Amino acid sequence: MWYKHIMLPIDLEHADRMGKAIETALALTVQFGAKLTIVGVTSELPGVSAHNPAEFEEKLSALAQRLGEGLPHGAQSKTYVAHDPTAQLDAILLDAVKDVEADLVVMASHIPNALNAIWPSHGGKMASHADISVFVVR
Amino acid sequence: MRNENPSTEADVDLTVQTEVVAIPAPEGRTEIIETDYEIGRDNIASSWKLEFDIHQVVFTVSALGVLAFTFLTMAFHEELEPAFIGLRGWLTGNLDWFFLLSGNIFVLLSLFLIFSPLGKVRLGGPEAEPSFSYVGWFSMLFAAGMGIGLMFYGVSEPMSHFDSAMGGISVGEDGVRTDWAPLGGAEGDVAEAARLGMAATIFHWGLHPWAIYAVVALALALFSYNKGLPLTLRSCFYPIFGERVWGWPGHIIDILAIFSTIFGLATSLGIGAQQSAAGLNFLFGLSTSNTILITLIIAITAVALVSVVAGLDAGVKRLSEINMALAAILLFFVIAFGPTMEIISGVFSNLIAYGEYLPALSMPFQREDANFASGWTAFYWAWWISWSPFVGMFIARVSRGRTVREFLIAVLIVPTILSVIWMTAMGGTAIDQLVNDGFTGVQDAALELKLFEMLAQLPLTGLTSLVGIILVIVFFVTSSDSGSLVIDAVAAGGKVNAPTPQRVFWTISEGLVAIALLLGGGLAASQAMAVSTGLPFTIVLLGACYAIVRGLLNEAR
Repeated sequence: MWYKHIMLPIDLEHADRMGKAIETALALTVQFGAKLTIVGVTSELPGVSAHNPAEFEEKLSALAQRLGEGLPHGAQSKTYVAHDPTAQLDAILLDAVKDVEADLVVMASHIPNALNAIWPSHGGKMASHADISVFVVR
Repeated sequence: MRNENPSTEADVDLTVQTEVVAIPAPEGRTEIIETDYEIGRDNIASSWKLEFDIHQVVFTVSALGVLAFTFLTMAFHEELEPAFIGLRGWLTGNLDWFFLLSGNIFVLLSLFLIFSPLGKVRLGGPEAEPSFSYVGWFSMLFAAGMGIGLMFYGVSEPMSHFDSAMGGISVGEDGVRTDWAPLGGAEGDVAEAARLGMAATIFHWGLHPWAIYAVVALALALFSYNKGLPLTLRSCFYPIFGERVWGWPGHIIDILAIFSTIFGLATSLGIGAQQSAAGLNFLFGLSTSNTILITLIIAITAVALVSVVAGLDAGVKRLSEINMALAAILLFFVIAFGPTMEIISGVFSNLIAYGEYLPALSMPFQREDANFASGWTAFYWAWWISWSPFVGMFIARVSRGRTVREFLIAVLIVPTILSVIWMTAMGGTAIDQLVNDGFTGVQDAALELKLFEMLAQLPLTGLTSLVGIILVIVFFVTSSDSGSLVIDAVAAGGKVNAPTPQRVFWTISEGLVAIALLLGGGLAASQAMAVSTGLPFTIVLLGACYAIVRGLLNEAR
């Protein structure tokens, strides 16, 4: 088996744009008989996806439950609470890789544009900083 | 593979959350407000060429308004300056009773809440844990809240009140007092004039300003963390306006908050650059040309930019802690090398003097010392209140997990005591130099140089003055970065996870507005305008008081 544990960062707020990444992660999970953990980052303040961290966690775990149906090991969810998600997202995801002991990250990212020279996309940042494989889905 | 053709839409059902209908309480039972509003409902977002996620009305009107107002004040500053300064003068002159009365209400409510059972309510739910350590939390709220003013007024204000109190009372032909002495003054009585001067200064930097911040911060923290509303100023109006708060009444409150914050910050940045340049000139003989001023503004903005991009923990918090450490070093230095024993005993006697004069100083009606009550006190109250949306929102953002009692002690009592120590050390040393050594350097110096004149009489002048200058600059940075985070969140409809380019936009806007106003004239006009927003916000704050009590009554204690 090439991969034992796949981590899939989920942006609950933009779940509509994540279909392809989710499909990819599910397919790879089945393919390798791996475990799947979906990871979400939220702030302590009310946001679009949830009113508070507890609600966010509940939604994420409900999503994991559904994605896990039909997977060999089901799917886990893990919520991280950040003071300032915009600034901390990349660092938290990098820590999460170690935390959940993943050996492959599958994540959605937009198509690079000129501005990414100044602000790299989160997927791009992960790929260049993580010490495991990162599958950036565009 | 389930998806043979990569171009077809993925068939995963992405409607997150179906059975979960009730919102779980944050951590433990709280009263979540059921509202139809969804955060981000009125936002427009893009993830293409330039990522953004903004509240369409609030962002657009604020950004265009800032642009328009900056151009107007530059183009017509000769006409607008007297108009706005007149407006500010009229407000603080005729409505001084309203500002003073409201200030007292804020203090009394805060003190009441500390002692009432409502103080047991925890922000974020009964089991919520504090977001920040005491040191980080306190550094941030203090650095955002007053910082810079303490640098300039710490020496100058006690001295001003001491001077005017010594001068005693003078009455004009129309029977109105023309002197600026607080209360009845203390003509010729050195000890009493010093006591009165310190009491009046502490009054302006003590319980009242912090109660103003505490009311806004508490209302916002309560309605966001416990009741699930977005972190924007309009949320504390939910108990009053109901669902209409998500429409125009709320837009106006938020836009006004952005206006007063950006012009408050930009004018302080402009005026602060002038003051720092004067300090640099005094110390190193640098010129005070526009080039130096603009360089200073750009440098401050650049550091603030790095800080906001690094975020709340890596940027704002770290800078605030550095700031507090530097301020503590300067404070201990002055205590150690200044009149040590007098400062230590002064802290207690000034605290007693503050308590003794507090009722008379805060009396809203029938004041004999009209110049002092409106020119100093009401002006200060309007000024603090116009800053309160920004400082309050920022304090709210870092205060999750504290109980209301803990919160109020940290936001009200601790800063007041620190202000007493700071004012006693800085102002007391300067008064001591004048009274005991006959040194009139501080008395004669311009406002921005008084601190440096005082430090020049102590050892290691070069080093301490340099620390002073650095502190002034870092205090600006810590206001500018926290201000930008707040403006960005409000302009994004309460979202704190909006893309980075937006906070960069607001930070740079502040710097550009400051430079434009500095070069084109209009700093005085826009500062007067920012202070004038104190009036509408006083009404907002009174509404917040009502909202706090109503909101707390429904929480688990």
